[in-house]
Amino acid sequence: MKYIKILMNGLIKENPTFVLLLGMCPTLATTTSAINGLSMGLATMFVLICSNFAISCIKDVTPDKVRIPVFVVVIAAFVSILQMLIKAYTPELDKSLGIYIPLIVVNCIILGRAEAFACKNTPLNSIFDGIGIGLGFTCALTLLGTVRELLGAGSVFGVVLFPETVNILLFILPPGAFITLGYLIAIVNKIKKA
Amino acid sequence: MKKLDSSLKNMVIVLVSVALITGGLLAYVNHATEGPIQTQAEKTLADGIKTVMGGGNLEVTANDTVKQKINGKDFVFIIHKASQKGKEIGAAVESTTQGFGGDLKVLVGFNATGNILGYTILSTSETPGLGAKADKWFQKNGKGSIIGKNPAKGMLTVSKDGGEVDAITASTITSRAFLKAVNQAYSAYSQKSVDGNSGASKQVKKG
Repeated sequence: MKYIKILMNGLIKENPTFVLLLGMCPTLATTTSAINGLSMGLATMFVLICSNFAISCIKDVTPDKVRIPVFVVVIAAFVSILQMLIKAYTPELDKSLGIYIPLIVVNCIILGRAEAFACKNTPLNSIFDGIGIGLGFTCALTLLGTVRELLGAGSVFGVVLFPETVNILLFILPPGAFITLGYLIAIVNKIKKA
Repeated sequence: MKKLDSSLKNMVIVLVSVALITGGLLAYVNHATEGPIQTQAEKTLADGIKTVMGGGNLEVTANDTVKQKINGKDFVFIIHKASQKGKEIGAAVESTTQGFGGDLKVLVGFNATGNILGYTILSTSETPGLGAKADKWFQKNGKGSIIGKNPAKGMLTVSKDGGEVDAITASTITSRAFLKAVNQAYSAYSQKSVDGNSGASKQVKKG
């Protein structure tokens, strides 16, 4: 039960995108299509689970005054590993997300969860927190990407639904990201209140 | 277990050991993925050359790097000469220009007379849904097909600039950049073959 509670906390109660408003840079930059949002979410989730686990394991041997440098080194190591793996085995993903992967290092969700959760809880709990927050981030990015792709390019996950003539190009461009995010947060808040 | 004190000794030991462990781990992963990354890059290029030269059994006979100064800027082109059954059929040329979102790198295949056989986009940062459509738009069945056209009979330009190629809807900048890359690739290719025939190689640097 405890684990489910941790999972739901990340997915809904403390959803990193819609509630905490953390990690806005990748959120706005990578969600030009549903598949990009989904892959970025999954990549972040991978790093988050690994770093939460590792940081929780070493929390007792990390002196307080150097904890942030230690966390950053751990996170950066996992991101570099992920980047090399993506380059080697999924060149397609590397093509579309290549420049955003290194930015996961400075994604405040990951350092935020290390500070707020992993360095105070057991490794197993931290893994579940990583999964929960990661899923929340992935869902939010996929939703954002889907809406933007549908309105801006008339397709979802590359499947064309509307002819080109009815596309609203604005939604593919940066302003569309802000507008979509604003409306999605409003809708999420409305649903939560009801 | 009690937390370690923040004494100087502890901090130095922890930081150094964390750095050593992660460094070792990264070195190992780097070593393990080096091979696949290399193969992947070669495969992408080889597949690209095959596609733009019209498929079939190809042999790349030479990879030359050509440097050219255009409008005061240095451009680097890589020309992959291809031959089929010992007969030279043309070359695939790598060419880079500034697109809407960043560098636009294309690989264009020319036959011996300069007709465009095909092209593929090697790397791009164009807007998805807009400029990124360039990978299909200019292909054979695309709306702005450039296949079979010959830049020797006049530079390729978009219809807005008086040319005969239809630009991608709402992505004129990408279309212009793409056609510029194709034109420059042709000029590098034609100069290369002229130089090769006359034996002069002032502007040519073998790679």
